[in-house]
Amino acid sequence: MTDVVARRLTGVRVAPLHPVAWWTWAILLAAAAARITNPLCLGLILVVAGWVAVSRRPQSTWARSYGTLLRLGALVVVIRVVVQVLFGQRLPGHTLFTIPSLALPSWMAGVTVGGPVTADAIVGAACQGLRLAAILACVGAANALVSPFRLLRCVPAGLYEIAVAVTVAVSFTPQVITSIGQVRDARRLRGRAVSGPAGVRGIAVPVLESALERSLALAASMDSRGFGRRAVSASRQRLASAATLAGLLGLAVGVYGVLDAGAPSELGLPVVGVGALLVITGLVATSVGGRTRYRPDRWSGREWVTVFVSAAALAAIVVVGRHDAASLTMPVYPLSLPAAPPLALVGLLLAALPSVVAPPPIDTAVR
Amino acid sequence: MIHFENMSVTYPDQDHPALDGVELKIGEGELALVIGPTGAGKSTLLRSINGLVPHFSGGRLTGRVLVEGRSTADHRPRDLADVVGFVGQDPDATFVADIVEDELAYSMENLGLSAPTMRRRVEDILDILNLHPLRQRAIMSLSGGQRQRVAIGAVLTAAPRLLVLDEPTSSLDPISAEEVLAALSRLVHDQGVTIVVAEHRLERIVHAADTIVQVAGAGGGVRAGPPADMLATSPVAPPIVRLAQVAGWDPIPLSVRDARRLAAGLRTTLAAPPDEAPVERGAPGPAVATVRRLSARFGRLLALDGVSLELAAGEVTAVMGRNGAGKTTLLRHLVGLRSPEQGTVTVAGHKPSALRPVEAARLVGLVPQDPASMLSADTVGDECAEADHDASLARGTTRSTLERLMPGLNDEMHPRDLSEGQRLALALAIVLAPAPPLVLLDEPTRGLDYIAKARLTALLRGLAGDGHSVVLATHDVELVADTADRVVVLADGEIITDGPTREVMCHTPGLAPQVARILAPAEWLTVTEVASRLVESGSMS
Repeated sequence: MTDVVARRLTGVRVAPLHPVAWWTWAILLAAAAARITNPLCLGLILVVAGWVAVSRRPQSTWARSYGTLLRLGALVVVIRVVVQVLFGQRLPGHTLFTIPSLALPSWMAGVTVGGPVTADAIVGAACQGLRLAAILACVGAANALVSPFRLLRCVPAGLYEIAVAVTVAVSFTPQVITSIGQVRDARRLRGRAVSGPAGVRGIAVPVLESALERSLALAASMDSRGFGRRAVSASRQRLASAATLAGLLGLAVGVYGVLDAGAPSELGLPVVGVGALLVITGLVATSVGGRTRYRPDRWSGREWVTVFVSAAALAAIVVVGRHDAASLTMPVYPLSLPAAPPLALVGLLLAALPSVVAPPPIDTAVR
Repeated sequence: MIHFENMSVTYPDQDHPALDGVELKIGEGELALVIGPTGAGKSTLLRSINGLVPHFSGGRLTGRVLVEGRSTADHRPRDLADVVGFVGQDPDATFVADIVEDELAYSMENLGLSAPTMRRRVEDILDILNLHPLRQRAIMSLSGGQRQRVAIGAVLTAAPRLLVLDEPTSSLDPISAEEVLAALSRLVHDQGVTIVVAEHRLERIVHAADTIVQVAGAGGGVRAGPPADMLATSPVAPPIVRLAQVAGWDPIPLSVRDARRLAAGLRTTLAAPPDEAPVERGAPGPAVATVRRLSARFGRLLALDGVSLELAAGEVTAVMGRNGAGKTTLLRHLVGLRSPEQGTVTVAGHKPSALRPVEAARLVGLVPQDPASMLSADTVGDECAEADHDASLARGTTRSTLERLMPGLNDEMHPRDLSEGQRLALALAIVLAPAPPLVLLDEPTRGLDYIAKARLTALLRGLAGDGHSVVLATHDVELVADTADRVVVLADGEIITDGPTREVMCHTPGLAPQVARILAPAEWLTVTEVASRLVESGSMS
């Protein structure tokens, strides 16, 4: 902590927190949220994620997307409640009002439309919506805290070319949006309709042409700056990339097999093992390429603390879930006040620690 | 340093070579300026230095290009990255990273340099190009001049002995251009870097050049020589050279400072400055458009702040000001692409933003910064036919307008294959076909050579003569001096000056054209008016 203050005073750059640390923190917190419908705990997660994001996000375009994700979360809650009111299962409870119900043909027996709407059902639906909103808020916080460019810099050498493609795509999206705006304007200037099939063609052709010109310019610039100069041989690269991707796929399938009780057991551990082996082979095969990295992000005590506190929060939720699962859910049918499990609340509160531990953001946008 | 030996380039599907029989040597530590008309092959010449031609472009290259002894025939651009730094026309299309520092390091990462070396070079380049305060900034938040310096820095970190730049200042305002050129001249003088640069606006850079390489065009050859000799016979020449030719100065001065020393005699001969305007015109007609207390904002940024303006028929108005001063926003309001949040905009009694596109196009037309964004058809002929259809005009109206602007354009050409000047003429023809009383042009001289600009001047004066009101948003002071009746200067969204061209330009040092700077305090603007006075007074035949 003191060195943060000292470096700020002397004006030396404090390296921002490692992107992988931020994403691990967010994913573990989101995993905790996924196990909860208790609005007290979910509210705490929203506050913790929001507090950390607001206090440590840099001033950048990506950071501004945080608000959009929060609004999306609110929309999810609203949609969940509306769906419940219109089509939800009808269980007994405190009836608030009744909407006219629709008689459905017999082959749609499982579906109900309309009928009495209970406070229990609405609260239950809202809490389920809130869970999704909390997960979105965690992802949004990570997105606000780390620009995708910084995250892609952490990709291992074996996946470098894929990372470059993603980077280019990420930076092209805003340019294509600008370009679409320009062409729409130009069409209006010609006194043309902006919508309809003719409108789509008239916009798509110039936008694609300018996107193509831009990508050629980018490719020329990358080539002129030595891209691909000291890469390993193309066939070896292709083989390694294929191995890495197949390995990642294997890992995903394997983890699903391990976690999902319904999946056949032989799908589990062996597939994970083979997948991991493939990934490691792919990465090692290409790591001998001649690229070096400028000021790579470092993993130090702060990163460990960040990962540790979020793991602790998840662990607290898991432990509470084992011993007293009811305290993590919103009690409906009958409706009553949610519990306040002390271990879970303390654990989640711990996850706010990065707002102090992580170095303050560096201004990248303010003139 | 660079040696072209009988080099010829023929692009695929072309019958004639783009460059033929080029013999050229550029020595260590020189600043070589490549000049020539639009489409003459300047870019081809530059791109063949680091092997982008033919490795990237395709086509056939005969002869040899040697760069520090390496032949481009068997070295790809990436193999020359540590010898040649190449900066293209549009810096925005070349960025790979989002933060300045990472962008600077990119080429070194590709070269596999060690971490301490990379760190040292990045710090060096940050200091040399004065980018240090911007090192952690997002590139997209920088101004045009700053971005161009980042693009230059990004190739310099690989420590090339040679820097190649293709029109590095074409989209910059005069001050940002100055910033970039100052950085280049520091590199030549202090770091001993060899620089090859193509530029249309010679007035900005010619005084710093050691050699001029002239590309004749039409598959012709390439000549090189000392700047004064080359410019004396060149079809493209900056105002200072044309003034020297008119006044009979020898040797030809290349900087305003040298010219002023020679100009004492000329100032006496010329006597009083002309009372009449630089170009003949009638009295301004009735107001075509009125803007009252117009304000516009982008988020927290105030783009226009209480702007009031009247635009008269038969008048050419130039809107000037820094990048981001609000010029484009003002034009967008006038043409109805933005509706005013505060204040009013009326064109011929209508609110342009409330009209249907077809109706608006009859009242006001805008040629956008990138004319290509208006064009979507496959041939020039189709483009004209579609324009007639869109604006419900009689068939052939747009085509005959185009014939007036640029005679002899082939109907079968693809719009993307036209030169910048031809593309501008096509877009202008589409805009002019419905005969709108108000015509707006946003930065029309990007990529135009002096010949194309002279044609544009004649054309815009002709429009004003026919009773159109013409508005130009531009950085090009020489074009404004030649063309405009009135200059409006915007700064931070406010009009800070509005007056006759001569008065505004001669009293604002940042906006003064070369002739005004040479002949100050006498208020002369253009070579044409100096020449005609000399003819009148009998000092020149």
